[in-house]
Parts: sequence; C-alpha cells; structure tokens
Amino acid sequence: MTATTTSHADYHPTEAERPIWYKRKSVRKRISLWSNTIIILLGALILMVPLAWMLSTSLKANGEVFHLPISWIPRKILFQNYPDAITYVPFPTYYRNSLFIASLSVIGAVLSSSLVAFAFARLRGPGKNILFIILLSTLMLPSEVTLVPIYLIMRNLGWLDSYRPLIVPYWFGGAFYIFLLRQFFMTIPSELDDAAKIDGATFWDIYWRIMLPLSKPALATVAIFAFYDSWNDFRSPLIYLNSDNLLTLPVGLSSYMSTLGNTHWNYLMAATLLTLIPPLLIFFFTQRFFIQGAILTGLKG
Amino acid sequence: MSGTEITATRITGRQRPSKLLRKEYLAFYLFASPWLLGLLFFTLGPTIASFVLSFSEYPLIVAPTWIGLANYANMITDELIVQALKVTFLYSLGAVPLGLTAAFLIAILMNQGIHGIRVFRTVYYLPAIISGVPVALVWMWVLNPDFGVLNSALRTIGIQGPAWLFNREWVIPAFIMMSLWNVGAPMVIFLAGLQGIPQHLYEAAEIDGATTIERFFYVTIPMMSPVILFNLVLGVIGSFQIFTPAYIMTSGGPANASLFYGLYLYDNAFRFLKMGYASALAWLMFMIILILTLLIFRLTGRWVYYEGSIQS
Repeated sequence: MTATTTSHADYHPTEAERPIWYKRKSVRKRISLWSNTIIILLGALILMVPLAWMLSTSLKANGEVFHLPISWIPRKILFQNYPDAITYVPFPTYYRNSLFIASLSVIGAVLSSSLVAFAFARLRGPGKNILFIILLSTLMLPSEVTLVPIYLIMRNLGWLDSYRPLIVPYWFGGAFYIFLLRQFFMTIPSELDDAAKIDGATFWDIYWRIMLPLSKPALATVAIFAFYDSWNDFRSPLIYLNSDNLLTLPVGLSSYMSTLGNTHWNYLMAATLLTLIPPLLIFFFTQRFFIQGAILTGLKG
Repeated sequence: MSGTEITATRITGRQRPSKLLRKEYLAFYLFASPWLLGLLFFTLGPTIASFVLSFSEYPLIVAPTWIGLANYANMITDELIVQALKVTFLYSLGAVPLGLTAAFLIAILMNQGIHGIRVFRTVYYLPAIISGVPVALVWMWVLNPDFGVLNSALRTIGIQGPAWLFNREWVIPAFIMMSLWNVGAPMVIFLAGLQGIPQHLYEAAEIDGATTIERFFYVTIPMMSPVILFNLVLGVIGSFQIFTPAYIMTSGGPANASLFYGLYLYDNAFRFLKMGYASALAWLMFMIILILTLLIFRLTGRWVYYEGSIQS
C-alpha cells in the first residue's frame, strides 16, 4: 500500500491494475498541468506587451502613432523609420562609442577578476582570510557612498570628458565577479595543479594553462555581466561625458528623448529597439550562462 | 618526545616560512594586486573621503571647508529629504512584497509542471535583461495618458485611466507596476531553489498525512526561506538606489511626487554642486540600508532555515 501512495518512480502498474482513485489523480494532474500552463501563458503575454508595443510603434507612420483607437498592426509598415531615426542624431557614433567602452570593460573585468580569484582560490598568503571578508563586505557598500570622491579623483587626474573613468575601474576587478570566479575555481580539483607543479609549472602557468581553459563557462558569465553593466550604465557617462561625439547610447537616447519625446515616438521606439539588439542577441545565444549565473549568485548568497 | 619535536618544527615553520612558501605569499599578493589597488583607490580611499566630505561644504569651485555636523543638522529641516524618503519607502513597500510574491507564485506554478517550461522561463526572464534608459523610454510610451497601450486597454473596458507619470497620486503606483516587469529575475532564482528541495521531504510529509497546503507551509516555505530573505534584502537595497527611471521619466515630478532618494542625491552632487551635502546624504542612505538589512535578518531569524544548522 505504501508503495502505491509514496514512490511512483519504481511502481508501474498496468492499466487494469490501477485503482479508480489513481486514474482520477492522473486526470487531476493533467488538468492542473494545463491550467498552470494557461496561467503562465497569460502572464507571459502580458509581460511581452511593452516590447510588442515598442516594435509596433517603431514601424508606424507619425500620424498613426497619435491616432485613436490605437492599432497593433501598422496600416503601412514603415521600415524606413529605422534609417530615418538614426539620421536625426549621431546614433552610429553613440553605438560605436558604447561598443568600444563595453569591449574594453569586459576584457579588463575578465582579466583582472580572474587573476584575483585565482589568488583567493589557490594561493596561500598572510591576511588572505581577512582580505576575503573585506572583499565580501565591499559588496554591501552602495555605490552612492563613493560616487562623489571617485568623481573628484577623476577630475584631479584630468580624466573628465574621456572614456577612462568608464573603463579603468573595470580593470581593477569587481568584487562580485571575483567572488563568482573564485567559487568556480574552488570546484576544479587541486590534483591538477599539484601534477603541474611537479612538472615544474609556475603559478602563472597554472593560472593561464589550467584554470582559465577549464573555467570557460564562468569566464563567459563574468564577461556577460560586465558587458551588461557597461552597456546599460547611465549615471557614469552622464556624470563624466560632455562632448556630443563621445556620448554613449543611453545618454544619447535620453537627449533624443528630450528633443523628440513629444513628437516622434516612432523614431524614439526604433532607436530604443536598436539599442536593445546587442543585449538581446547575447541573451539568446548565451542563455545558459546567463540564467545559471543569476541562479548561482541568488542561491549562494 | 615526538610531540615536542612536532611543536618545535611548527614554531620554526611559523618563524621562517620556507623559500617555497614565501614565493607563494609573494605570488598571492601579485595576483591579488589589481583588486588590492582598486580597493585602495576606488573603495577604501573614497569611502573615507566621502565620510570626511560629509562634514564639510564643498561647492567644487572653492576648496572644501570643515563645517562639522552642519550638513547632518540641515537634513532635519530639509523638506525634500523627507519627501525623498517618503517616496522611496512607499515605492519599496509596494514593489518589493508584490514583486517577490508574484515571482514566488509563478515559480511554484512552473515547478508543479507546465508545458514548455524552458521557453516560458526565457520569456519571463527576458524583461529582466533590459534595463536602464530603454526600459524607461518604453514604459513612458506604454504609460502615455492618451496614446499609451495601458490607458487604451483600460478604455476598452470602460475605465478612464489616470495620467500616470503626470499625476501626483499615480506616479508611484506606475513605478511599482513597471518594477513588476522584472519579476523574471527573482523568479528564476526561486525556481532553481524549488527544484533543489529534496523530493523525500515531500514524500515523508505525505506519509505523515500532510495535505498539499500543509506541505507548502511546512516544507516549501522553510526550505525556501534563505532564498526569500536574500531576495527581500536585495529588493529593499535596490529601491534605495533607483536613479535612471526617475531621472528619465519624471525628473522627480510632478511636484516632487517621484523624487527618489537616489535622484535627490544625484541632484545635490551634480546639479547643485553641493558635494559635501551629497556625501552626507550618501552616508544617511548607507546607514538606512544597513539598519534595514539588520532588521530584516533579525525579524526573519526565527523562520529562516539554513540547512545543516541547528535551530535553537
């Protein structure tokens, strides 16, 4: 009796053997499976509305944007809005700037964070435990606390209105990236290092030839996070950049908003959609690392 | 005899680390040096500087002058600070519980088994990867009082929607609604947590005659409590740091009805160039976040269950 009620996994009765209640339960299960799916589907549709609304608006003629009742499918689909939208402002320049800053930030974040993570995961050093506790506590420090002094440092260095304040901090290892990589490095068996050491490998060899090649998923996760951090950052470029030809996409879009927000929502939505293409592409191709990384930090924290 | 020998080698070992070990110590500091330098120049140094600045007046064009506790004293009479705290707490009280409850319920539904779970997980997570300015712009258009999709939908069911971002009462509910768009981020974490609950706990509860509801309250909730706590703390901290949507969508308006704390801090530093006062604001924020985090830990200490720890 207990076998039928508790572990379904290793008990497979034939159709005739199954008591009536069992069949009912399976019917109930099927109903709940479908009702759950329908609720989740409705939720998903609601979540997609803003994105669909953006796409729909970006393809409409200006007159239709301000027409009631609203329509979802444009009467005439205007792909021309996209080239038109990006000639209104130096959009290609903003795009190039954002890509440039994000690429250098990603390289810096991955290199520096993996070096530091290797130290914490594999090397002995006096004060290591205290330093690790400090590393974790800096995660608690809100960026607002250091906002003003870092601005003053950048100003004294003469780095205002340049990309250096946006890129250089990534080259000093982010606490969160270091923590993530260190957790991953700890899972790599240390027998591999020992074997390499016997063969005369230096610490650099172990880091470069053993740890990094074995940590590609974790490095990819850090690279993706750093890309998003840099690409989406709005406050830093707002604070540090002035010259129009240096602006990044978020700041460029916001100035676009103040000039076109009341008149040309179709162009504004087209430009917004273009901004989302790199993050969306990365998400679709690297979903596994992405969601895995989010879960790892959520559960381990 | 052998015992003393061991102590002896231990002592000499501690006094003079072997050449090999010293090499490893050096390597540790070399490998950690990027972060150590960053800690000095971008974290510890600025934190101390910010603390000192919070006791001074610094309008950027002239050198800072020490004014003692004046910045903190001025806060008491600053009506905008009260407004900023009110806005931030109201938003936090709405967005955090609503967002976590929705994320938890969706994760439970998904975990009970649905068709196409992988596709839905992606779809729910998708809005969470979009952040900053694009989100603000899309939602400004969704919330447009006349031509936005939300009020149009309300109109079809006979409701005249409010002016949302242009209305003092509705601007915070509008921001809360927008925050629910990110439900996918805590949802995937909850989902992974639910999938990690050992099946045998449910089986044991079933043998003891627990109903579905009892199993939810006595197995699911306790097993998930650390993850819930983590997301709760993150959510509260996050609402204090909101800047971009407020800056883009309303600039704090109408009539300061959406003057988020993060925006007020930015305005003080980079619009009014009150670097000292902005630093004091940052420290107040830090203290509030610390106290709230400790409070959450204290209040939830009784029901948060950490696997392997003994409940006392």
